[in-house]
Amino acid sequence: MKDTINLGQPVIAAQGLNLVFQTNDGPVHALKDVDLTIGKGEFVSFIGPSGCGKTTFLRCIAALEHPTGGSLTVNGMTPDEARRKRAYGYVFQAAGLYPWRTIAGNIKLPLEIMGFPRAEQEARVERVLDLVDLKGFGKKFPWQLSGGMQQRASIARALAFDADILLMDEPFGALDEIVRDRLNEELLKLWARTGKTIGFVTHSIPEAVYLSTKIVVMSPRPGRITDVIDSPLPRERPLDIRDTPEFIAIAHRVREGLRAGHSYD
Amino acid sequence: MNRVLPILTVVAAIVVLWYGAAVAMNRAWVLDQAARAGTEPPAFGQMVVATMTQERPVLPAPHQVVAELWKGVAGQAITSKRSLVYHGWITLSATLLGFAIGTAAGIALAVGIVHNRAMDMSVLPWAIASQTIPILAIAPMFIVVMNSMGVQGLVPKAIISAYLSFFPVVVGMVKGLRAPDAMQLDLLRTYNAGGAAVLGKLRLPASMPYLFASLKVGAAAALVGAIVGELPTGAVAGLGARLLSGSYYGQTIQIWAALFAAAIVAAGLVAVIGLVERVTLRRMGMAR
Ligand SMILES: Nc1ncnc2c1ncn2[C@@H]1O[C@H](COP(=O)(O)OP(=O)(O)O)[C@@H](O)[C@H]1O
Ligand SMILES: [Mg+2]
Repeated sequence: MKDTINLGQPVIAAQGLNLVFQTNDGPVHALKDVDLTIGKGEFVSFIGPSGCGKTTFLRCIAALEHPTGGSLTVNGMTPDEARRKRAYGYVFQAAGLYPWRTIAGNIKLPLEIMGFPRAEQEARVERVLDLVDLKGFGKKFPWQLSGGMQQRASIARALAFDADILLMDEPFGALDEIVRDRLNEELLKLWARTGKTIGFVTHSIPEAVYLSTKIVVMSPRPGRITDVIDSPLPRERPLDIRDTPEFIAIAHRVREGLRAGHSYD
Repeated sequence: MNRVLPILTVVAAIVVLWYGAAVAMNRAWVLDQAARAGTEPPAFGQMVVATMTQERPVLPAPHQVVAELWKGVAGQAITSKRSLVYHGWITLSATLLGFAIGTAAGIALAVGIVHNRAMDMSVLPWAIASQTIPILAIAPMFIVVMNSMGVQGLVPKAIISAYLSFFPVVVGMVKGLRAPDAMQLDLLRTYNAGGAAVLGKLRLPASMPYLFASLKVGAAAALVGAIVGELPTGAVAGLGARLLSGSYYGQTIQIWAALFAAAIVAAGLVAVIGLVERVTLRRMGMAR
């Protein structure tokens, strides 16, 4: 772990990761023997049925859960240390904007907590509002924005403090298909412009294939990885790439992986 | 108009019922007087008049109470011992001081309960127990004890007010401070936020609607506390003293006027809090 930071060095590395929740109905094996390496600048999607541990894995990376076995490093540090170094921004399924703060106020929240100077807060808010295409909406309150715009604001909030990792847990799960398509396109542009490493949880096969450089297929009981697919698609992806044979082939492999996971039980 | 009409209807119904009850309840005294004088009981018309012009009726008629209120508010210098404004202010000042102490204590306790597991386990049962003690029973003892220590006037009354008003604030604020869900708390954890930031940026703002709801209950309770605190002081001053001296001398009209004065003060307090609530929540973008 002494290497100097260079492109391609693992940003997230999990080896033999296990997490068992002790519940009233006995232990739940949420993650079993998870091995995964994510390089800098990758866009990694986690796909699998409910309860396969996608959220749990993301929360482990964010140090919101603590694994019961194995090792997990983020930028070569423990997840807790990485959090203290502001290594990641987290986007939840619900936008979770504070209703008593304007959009700009919401984006400032992490900046205030992390102690950025005032002038810089303003500059950053303007920059990330532009990045998520919400220029001019800073003074609005959340309820004045549509669901899709609120989720964009929550992405802006996660981008505001220069974390190089973006963790997103079904960020567009509650939105309709049309809004979702547009946000996916915008997310790809944003990723291209910022070069962040992105971990993205989804239920949707087309979404996973469209967005990712790496697709992690998971299955439940116990939660584990059944397939890791490195996408051959180019980084530049118009929406109609979804009709190409390459795209369909990857989607097919993901579907097979999901089916194989199910035949276990 | 749509909102005023139902209210006026209810008020009118109450007034009618009240007049009826006044006639029925004060009739006995008129009959008694007639029997003593050895005269015939008066006819209906005279009877009605006679039931509403007594000096110490069992139940004063509404217009008698209104007249007494008017006399108490506008008919005297407000520094006069007979002015309801004078007595009302004495009660109100104790109420406000007690309400301020109670609210501060309530918020502080709620913050403690939410942040400290030991307090969470121990404080609320005691707070609930404290409210099951009949205030009428301990208020006189408390006033007397304070008096013997040389503390009298505003402060002991305010403490009783605070004692009654802290409770709704604790209960409401604990609920309000716990209103943020797990996701909102997790978000702050990803920023590595400390306890002070979680309190100041999330829990306190989220608790505002709960705070105002409990402040309204607390203000009314504080007023009751101040009045109860005035009862054992030997009827010196305050609306409570007016109630007590009224009942000593059978001055029912005075009692009712003092009761209405107290109700008006309470309504005023709640209205002011409602106004602050509207302005605050609108400023916070939380008004619907
Ligand atoms: N805090 C928790 N306590 C107990 N069990 C949990 C907890 N969080 C998740 N689980 C369990 O772990 C498994 C994986 O959950 P999760 O990671 O949320 O799945 P996914 O996000 O893929 O739907 C599920 O069986 C779930 O019930
Ligand atoms: Mg999930």
